[in-house]
Amino acid sequence: MTVRVQTEPFDAGVLLSAFSAGRKQSGGIVSFTGLAREATDSKAVASLELDAYPGFTEPAIAAMETEARERFDVHDLLIVHRYGPIAPGEAIVFVAAAAEHRRSAFEAADFLMDYLKTRAPFWKKETGPDGERWIEPRPSDYDDVNRWS
Amino acid sequence: MAKVLMLGRLRDVAGWRERTLDHPPATLSALRALLTEEDPALGEALNGKGVQAAVNKAVSREDTAIGPNDEIAFLPPMSGG
Repeated sequence: MTVRVQTEPFDAGVLLSAFSAGRKQSGGIVSFTGLAREATDSKAVASLELDAYPGFTEPAIAAMETEARERFDVHDLLIVHRYGPIAPGEAIVFVAAAAEHRRSAFEAADFLMDYLKTRAPFWKKETGPDGERWIEPRPSDYDDVNRWS
Repeated sequence: MAKVLMLGRLRDVAGWRERTLDHPPATLSALRALLTEEDPALGEALNGKGVQAAVNKAVSREDTAIGPNDEIAFLPPMSGG
């Protein structure tokens, strides 16, 4: 059970290997890696900056993780989320779920991503050719998270 | 010294992310009023839809008392990750 919020870049492959190592009970692991896009709604994004509130953001994500553990039959979960400046193509978020059977692992990862995309305490700013803009969740993100209520 | 933090777009509106107050007002609503008096544009942003305030990293109501060593953060609607 781990939640990490960090400014340092991470390698999703390394995280997945470490998360998978030594597991004998779990029949499956699902992982998701979210990347910074080079364009949003066909507008170029030169850079992305995520603001976080250290000491507030981690406990909020840990509460989402606890809820995922209560809802799904998983052995283990890992959430790593970056903040600060992030270049296009770099990984922003990594989620992994280990479970005895695949369905629970898929569902837990899906649930966590929907929650992270709408409720995680981050504030996102994109800089492009038209200047800077602060981003809020898309309507489709809310539709996604409402599937779980 | 109380610490006041502006997160997300509030930081850009205020032109600062963090400042300290030697003698903070007694409550969160009084702090909001003080910040609004100093900077009406920031006041408008602070009173915007969905802006929450946290005292010592817990989302708090407007009548929450503020002590001299507290940390107060203003949080715009969250973007998600």
